[in-house]
Amino acid sequence: MTLQHTPLDALHRELGARMVPFAGYDMPVQYPDGIIREHQHTRRAAGLFDVSHMGQLVLRGAGSAELLETLVPADVVGLGEHCQTYALFTNDDAGVRDDLIITRWGPDTFFLVVNAACKAQDIAHVQAHLRGQTLEVLEQQALLALQGPGAREVLCRLCPELASLTFMHGQPAVLDGVEVYITCSGYTGEDGFEISLPAADAEAIARRLLAEPGVAPVGLGARDSLRLEAGLCLYGHELSPTIDPVQAGLLWSVGKARRPGGARAGGFPGAQRVFELIENKPLLRRVGLQVEGKRPVREGQVVLDEQGQQVGEVCSAGFGATLGGPVAMAYVQRSLGEPGTRLAVDVRGKALPVTVVTMPFVPQRYFRG
Amino acid sequence: MSMTPSELKYASSHEWARLEEDGTVTIGISDHAQEALGDVVFVEVPGVGDRLAAGDEAGVVESVKAASDIYAPISGEVIAVNEALEDEPETVNADPYNDGWFFRLQPDDTSELEKLLSAEDYANHCADE
Repeated sequence: MTLQHTPLDALHRELGARMVPFAGYDMPVQYPDGIIREHQHTRRAAGLFDVSHMGQLVLRGAGSAELLETLVPADVVGLGEHCQTYALFTNDDAGVRDDLIITRWGPDTFFLVVNAACKAQDIAHVQAHLRGQTLEVLEQQALLALQGPGAREVLCRLCPELASLTFMHGQPAVLDGVEVYITCSGYTGEDGFEISLPAADAEAIARRLLAEPGVAPVGLGARDSLRLEAGLCLYGHELSPTIDPVQAGLLWSVGKARRPGGARAGGFPGAQRVFELIENKPLLRRVGLQVEGKRPVREGQVVLDEQGQQVGEVCSAGFGATLGGPVAMAYVQRSLGEPGTRLAVDVRGKALPVTVVTMPFVPQRYFRG
Repeated sequence: MSMTPSELKYASSHEWARLEEDGTVTIGISDHAQEALGDVVFVEVPGVGDRLAAGDEAGVVESVKAASDIYAPISGEVIAVNEALEDEPETVNADPYNDGWFFRLQPDDTSELEKLLSAEDYANHCADE
């Protein structure tokens, strides 16, 4: 299969990126600084990420909010204009088809950002449920993320009215003469922004941002370790068609109005199963693991109890560059998910001691005004 | 472009070996290998006194992305290991041919070194990979 390229492809190469195939795209996994330095830079200053591989969709037409509520358990009807919500496309077994961010652009207009790997199936899924609405795929739109404690100051130099934009809100803006849509969101646990902009202007805006003091390009490698430290789920790791929102610790993404007794209870795929899981608790739960020593654990490795019995599996693992050591997330038996529980991970035949800890591993620093 | 010092011998599995003046052989991983691995976060070296045959697993190097086995390029007894790598594994990235060395062997037979790749052959091997 031929890899697709984002509008920043030439810039990545010019910056010395190491390109890897990811979800059908040729993407920068790291630049010459390397994953650890890029990670630390984002926590300290501001990192610029190309996330143009993600799908950007616009749903328009009467009944769009109600339509989305037949597909996701989030409260979409009650979402304010230019407010965002995290949402899950669930399946009939209460598994997760994909996770996404929904932004309300208007009474009957919604902007959806979905994972690159799930883009085609998500588009087909929404299209199959249209009842007079239209779904536009923004093929010619790039997506940049500027993340870190310095991101706000940098972006405000270009567009001062963004100073008061708070977490999970968006607004149209003009950056260097280019019309963009900016949201205060991201996936690093830091204050930051995602900028949706025309592909033709993406390189110029990216160069403009990179020229600002404190801004460095950051690749997918650090994006993954940053979100892991922030305790955030990644589709294909913590989320899959066989993992339900309750075991993933994402019950908060089921809107109050959509829960049992709520104004619009249920109505999304797998609702009955989700309600049963709220009542009876799933067998497994997602936990953070603090690893003793420096030896990394890896995704897919088996979690053991103190008797050496298999009680779970690592779903994400990496080097927590802010903490200076390995970190991991795992699904373990519910009874063993309490913080402080001592477990082990089978690392190539050796039982490496780990402790269940509360997440995030690094405090989230979202700007809430 | 990675460095491949001409005075060293190389294994196709990306270790280098250097014959020291005292007849011992120092072993590490090549610049090409450290660059391909990315940021190194953990190194496991063999134990002093371990006997290794050429091709034996001699440790593990783990980067932020992947774990990779290290093999003994020649046979011998481990007489020293680089303990500094335990706390500062990133030295492997910064200085793979000097401070980033892994372990030192008392070789059984230094002529085994002749079976390893020259710098030029190793560079070609990397280019073909």
